[in-house]
Amino acid sequence: MLNQNLKLNPEIFDENVEKAPTRDGFGKGILELGKEDKNVVCLSADLSESTRNEEFAKKFPDRYFECGVAEQNMAAIAAGLAVSGKIPFISSYSVFSPGKNWETIRTTIIYNNANVKIAGHHAGIVTGQDGVTHQATEDIASVRAWPNVNIICPCDSIEAKKATIYSGQNQGPFYLRFSREKTPIITTNETKFDFNKIQIFWESQNPKVAIFATGHMVYQALVAADELKKENIEVLVANITTLKPIDEQTIVKLAKKCGKVVTCEDHQTEGGLGGIIAEILAREFPSPMEFIGLKNTFAESGTANELMNKYGLDKNSIKTAVKKLIQK
Amino acid sequence: MDKNKLLELKKKASEARRLLIKMLTEAGSGHTAGPLGMADIFVSLYFHLLKHNPKDPLWKDRDRLVLSNGHICPIQYTCLAMANYFPIEELKTLRKINSRLQGHPHRNSLPGIETTSGPLGEGLSQAIGVTLAGILDKKNYRTYCIASDGEHQEGNHWEAVMFAGKNKLNNLTMIVDRNNIQITGNTENVMPLEPLKEKYITFNWSVFEIDGNNIEEIINTLENIQNHIDKPLAIIAKTIPGKGVSFMENDYLWHGKAPNKEEANQALKELADQ
Repeated sequence: MLNQNLKLNPEIFDENVEKAPTRDGFGKGILELGKEDKNVVCLSADLSESTRNEEFAKKFPDRYFECGVAEQNMAAIAAGLAVSGKIPFISSYSVFSPGKNWETIRTTIIYNNANVKIAGHHAGIVTGQDGVTHQATEDIASVRAWPNVNIICPCDSIEAKKATIYSGQNQGPFYLRFSREKTPIITTNETKFDFNKIQIFWESQNPKVAIFATGHMVYQALVAADELKKENIEVLVANITTLKPIDEQTIVKLAKKCGKVVTCEDHQTEGGLGGIIAEILAREFPSPMEFIGLKNTFAESGTANELMNKYGLDKNSIKTAVKKLIQK
Repeated sequence: MDKNKLLELKKKASEARRLLIKMLTEAGSGHTAGPLGMADIFVSLYFHLLKHNPKDPLWKDRDRLVLSNGHICPIQYTCLAMANYFPIEELKTLRKINSRLQGHPHRNSLPGIETTSGPLGEGLSQAIGVTLAGILDKKNYRTYCIASDGEHQEGNHWEAVMFAGKNKLNNLTMIVDRNNIQITGNTENVMPLEPLKEKYITFNWSVFEIDGNNIEEIINTLENIQNHIDKPLAIIAKTIPGKGVSFMENDYLWHGKAPNKEEANQALKELADQ
């Protein structure tokens, strides 16, 4: 059942559950930070509306910099602002930033230890009809090997706002991963945001499988867990909001408790959350695993639901994976 | 400018070149031609033009120098040491294990290094960020960016040129090391840059061409112009790569290698007379 202590959305399993894109939470987060701290500045590369920078730009025009379609320039300008005491947030689609400007970020932000927050929008195949060119599905893999970077992939819009504010209030480079599509609201304003502590959203008396999910896939995992319960299959669902630094202790603890593990992400399983968990468990507690996510393929154009269904990123795929593990 | 001051700066440039040859020979690798060619500009900056304080490298009102073509860092390291940011002796540790003098400059390793650079085309953008922060904080510092001519082949550099032109960043000065060489050969053969001056004018910059090995011209130009313009300033400094060492001058093969002991002795002999 849902972990009552975390004050999650009680209407999570309703058919008409409230939905919002995580990018909306980002927009609210930067606005609040902007009011709090005059050192917070925002930069965008011709995508201020879809990356939810517009309100910040209106409210704080002196602290908003339009860079045009130039993601490398945007990243390095942010580095210059940060080494001069500012707290810059750079926004574009993840494919372009930190995709196109990967090396610029590596050198001028990460190695430079500049206090820049990289907001990557339109992550995952739920980006939908724009197609593969705009669906970031390798971003986690490509940034997580950087030393010293913090990576957050919020599960819903409310958590996205909290994660944004957290990143702005804490020193160091952060990569924040947001999606375009409206996804169900899982948490509430009262749910505590714990940066590097994994939270268990769904608990059972005697769980047989631990489901580790990140981003909007947490919702699919919760629905799968609820349906599996009706078939008397007990699992637990952990929300992996922070991918780096990862809460290794909790991962090992939960793997030991359940013995079997499923990972769920809207990203390639190679190098993403699946890779992260597998690396830890290979060393600490080798466990049978199933991986939900893109598997060595690109997706295509389509609606979010169609794509999640076709590429196996939905509740049904998770249920199948759980059953497969239990039968092993 | 004052004759004694000019003589003093010329002596410093000569001393910097000798230190450069010694440190590069000791390191056994690194870039020689660019740093020798840029010695006069770096000496003019660190010992006359820049507002800075080696005892307080993070002084808030200091002028900022962002080195974009990080591979010529030996001349920056040399000038920082000569200005007492760290002991001259430490120059011998260039590129060695446990040294603060990284092969390409790293901000957190050494006092006086404003930012990290090496991959080309990223410095002007960073200098723009530093400039914007100064405007937000109502500071009067000037940001200098030093860039190579070869790195003008990077798209990122032109993204930055466009941004600075649009935003009329008149407290930003970029000095282009126009020495006509890059690793593979002559810039105009690898990928032509001319007409460079006209390109900057079109992008809404003020542009001046100078002899980058003439200290008097460097200082007079910068002092006379940079506080009287309403646009970002590009100084296209024509320099002789390998300047001061006859067998290195204008030879692109010295772009990315260090002298051996014999070559160093010959170079030091030539530089002793200058």
